Amino acid sequence: MIITQKKPIDEVMAMVGDAKRIGIVGCSSCATACATGGQKEVAELAAYLESQGKTVVVTAVAEYCCMNLGVRGTLKPFQDKQLDCVIGMSCGDGVQVVANNINVPVYPSNNTMFLGEAKKLGLFEEACHLCGNCVLGTTGGICPISRCAKSLVNGPCGGAKNGKCEVNPENDCAWILIYNRLKDTNQLEKLSVRREDKGYADVSYPRTINIRGKK
Amino acid sequence: MSQLKEAFDLGKFGVTAEMAPPKGYDFSHQLADAELLKGKVHGINVTDMQSASLKATSLGLCIKLKQMGCEPIIQMTGRDRSRMAIMGEMLSAYSFGIDTMLALTGDHPTVGDCQNSKPVYDLDSVGILHMLSTMELTGRDCGGNPLAENTVDKETGEITDKSATPKFYKGACVTPVYEPMFLQINKLRQKVEAGAEYIQTQGIFDLEYFKRFLDEVDKAGIKTHIMAGIIPLKAAGMAKYMNENVPGIAVPQHMIDRLAAAAAEGKEKGIKGLPMQMGIEMAAEMIAEIKAQNLCDGVHIMAIGAEKNVPTILDKAGITI
Repeated sequence: MIITQKKPIDEVMAMVGDAKRIGIVGCSSCATACATGGQKEVAELAAYLESQGKTVVVTAVAEYCCMNLGVRGTLKPFQDKQLDCVIGMSCGDGVQVVANNINVPVYPSNNTMFLGEAKKLGLFEEACHLCGNCVLGTTGGICPISRCAKSLVNGPCGGAKNGKCEVNPENDCAWILIYNRLKDTNQLEKLSVRREDKGYADVSYPRTINIRGKK
Repeated sequence: MSQLKEAFDLGKFGVTAEMAPPKGYDFSHQLADAELLKGKVHGINVTDMQSASLKATSLGLCIKLKQMGCEPIIQMTGRDRSRMAIMGEMLSAYSFGIDTMLALTGDHPTVGDCQNSKPVYDLDSVGILHMLSTMELTGRDCGGNPLAENTVDKETGEITDKSATPKFYKGACVTPVYEPMFLQINKLRQKVEAGAEYIQTQGIFDLEYFKRFLDEVDKAGIKTHIMAGIIPLKAAGMAKYMNENVPGIAVPQHMIDRLAAAAAEGKEKGIKGLPMQMGIEMAAEMIAEIKAQNLCDGVHIMAIGAEKNVPTILDKAGITI
């Protein structure tokens, strides 16, 4: 899931500026789980904007703001409303999809933080850096690229203290977690092999994947 | 040829010291200290923004040391440089006759004094060593390009003449006080397999613990030259601070007590600097003991700004090179 956080409202209002007629698009997927762009948050932002003298002309919550076709449908009621701007309450990708499908300024209400998991309700942890060459098979299902502050691939640095990371003592050292998991599942031999350097040539962004067989 | 390699090849007890480049660009303090180390050590490690504290670069001080007739050891971390930048820096170093290096992953910017800097970590310590070893073996840089065009056989594409290829004496570090020990031993083995020929340890304060670490290295079948890290303590407070804050450091209470007693004696007699002298004594005792018991192949002294004390420590330990 893409983890998002609300921007300070003053930052959102600064983007909105003098705009009077405003539309809001939320997302029923990740942003709803993060409480940054579900029905409730869309309604809250609409109420706030009204309280500040703005007119919220239209609101909608797309099923997935990251799906172009669906967003195009969601935005149909927005197109003829003479909007001054639209506020996207999703991840950064969702905001871009919205902006690609409507010809008025689109502003993000969220900061997009990381790809991760909901550890429990309201607690999110980063767990994947989209590195393009997954090593989880040799690391006990724990990602050293995202869970180690230095993204080390050949074992820990010397910086752990009491099993915690030198960069943030609230975080466990990823390599100690990996060691414990591999030990518990009889896979320690997987640590003895140096990981071939995968380089960065294959992860030059922006990346595109096409499984359509045509353009 | 690397003086440290030469010393080990001759079966000598290796001695290195460590020095940090300055904040700013005035190197005079470092060069004055280096003058005192001439003929006393097989090399002077020049740190690469240790603790992620912004300083002049390692290469800069290494060049100055080389020009004054000292033997620099260039430390190279992956924190601030991509593989291209590391390789370029090492080629420059070699052109100045700097042929001994130490590869490190590098402390993270967030623990340093320029926290907004982007951490790079394109390669870790193992990756840096492997990249240099591959270059030495193939005569090609990290992009696979020949280091000199006229050395490529046009028929086979092989590098026929490696005279344009640098050959470094490469080292790495290890933290003996670490749980689980398996992880440090495993990474140490990877460093040696990737080309590290000597290893400097984090500061050692407990020889019994150090012996257990060396036993683990032996059991893992790792063959390399190990140099015990020596940090001369300056005060009881410094020891306590390091115990609490520096990973891999464990100063035993009896050492802290000796430093505290020295401070008390100094206060009573009105003499300054007694704890520092005690630290020098304890460092010398440790080095002499390591040599007498033939525990490892050498020592690496990290005096943390008090490099001028290194000759005294070596004298007291009875070490000459």
